[in-house]
Amino acid sequence: MNIRGLNFKYTAFLLILIAGLMLSCASDSSKQDRVKVEVEDPASDNVVKSGVQTARQIFYSLPSPLETAMILKRSGAQYNPEILNPVENISRYSTTKSMALNLGIYSTDLSYASLFDQTPASIRYMTASKKLAEGLGIMNAIDDKVIQRLEENVNNRDAIMDIISETFLNTNSILEENDRVAIGSIILVGGWVEGLYIATALVDEIGTSDNELVERIIDQKLSLSSVLNLLGQHGHLPDIQAVLSDMKELEHIYNKVQISVSRIEVVSDSTSTTLHSKNVFSVSPEVFQELKDKVTEIRSKYIM
Amino acid sequence: MRSLIIILLTGVFFFSSFSGSAQCKNYAKRVCRLELAPYIHDGNYNAAILTEGEDAELFKTFYAGQEYRIAVCGSEPLSKVEFQVLDVERTILYTNANHNFKLTWDFKVESTQQLIILVKVHDIPGESEIVSSGCVAIMFGLKTD
Repeated sequence: MNIRGLNFKYTAFLLILIAGLMLSCASDSSKQDRVKVEVEDPASDNVVKSGVQTARQIFYSLPSPLETAMILKRSGAQYNPEILNPVENISRYSTTKSMALNLGIYSTDLSYASLFDQTPASIRYMTASKKLAEGLGIMNAIDDKVIQRLEENVNNRDAIMDIISETFLNTNSILEENDRVAIGSIILVGGWVEGLYIATALVDEIGTSDNELVERIIDQKLSLSSVLNLLGQHGHLPDIQAVLSDMKELEHIYNKVQISVSRIEVVSDSTSTTLHSKNVFSVSPEVFQELKDKVTEIRSKYIM
Repeated sequence: MRSLIIILLTGVFFFSSFSGSAQCKNYAKRVCRLELAPYIHDGNYNAAILTEGEDAELFKTFYAGQEYRIAVCGSEPLSKVEFQVLDVERTILYTNANHNFKLTWDFKVESTQQLIILVKVHDIPGESEIVSSGCVAIMFGLKTD
């Protein structure tokens, strides 16, 4: 046995371990409401400006479960618990893909229930989300205190929204930090599909053209391009390929929907800024029904 | 000896990149998120380590009727972080360069629009030839009724 070699490796291991402990302590050091965080400069040690080639980073941001729920409510949607994914289904989800998709689905159900002041349902969906997050190895995103805080803020919707927002941020950032961005993408897409499912389930037929909920369903054609780009960034992974394939089926139907967007005019007054423009869309009842059926089919597959 | 160096370098690389992303997360959560108040943060996490002169773009759909606040924040040692809001034709609708590099912008859209948030990290004036990096977070707030 090479004792000297072992000593070197042992020393290196110890050094790495100490560095890791110091960093983990540093990252968890502040529990104050507001702290100044200085990011270390990983590139500055030996990189000079003249030698730098910059690259443009691209992000695709989907509507979060919270935003989806707010859009639904603002569009006149009513609360219907019958259409949500029952928390009892959680025992079905054992693969990474199914846990991630349904964490997104439960997150949207949680946001939807919370916006309609359904606190007992919110607590059930938060508990289910916690279990799925733990199943995905995201142990610290939703702790026991979150459930307690929900219970303590039964009559304070804004506080509940803030708690939910914080848990989403924790989940997303922990996944990003651990280089598991693809799983974060599946969670977001699961949440987006659930929002689309709730919206389509609440519309029986197109009816009058001024139905705001129908307009928001059509608007998802714009978000679908972000969905496809987001998933496409990890298109080599089998789990992503399966979800991407479903989204391309949706794209096929959305391609039959026409949206024309006018030029945007920025109008500001002393209190607010509005981006004025007019979208005109056209969709036949048949295409709308086809879209509704496809969304139902995909969502049923995900919650099975 | 060679294996020791390899192990050490691997460890340093791993922990420095972990440190950067962990601190970026803390910066987004504990500093930039506060800029959104009284709007509610949407819960999405968009942050990355950028260097001077580097750009980033974010594509997002903004929905009719919803009021939004965009916050774009850059940590030390980055100086000015410019953000522009562009339409899909890349026409500039807003730039914080015309507003003293303000961190936030509040707006709403009459009709649902896909917009692009273009973030530019300006060079730090008077600094040495060494490139500086920092965390840049792009966050969205939603106005509740």
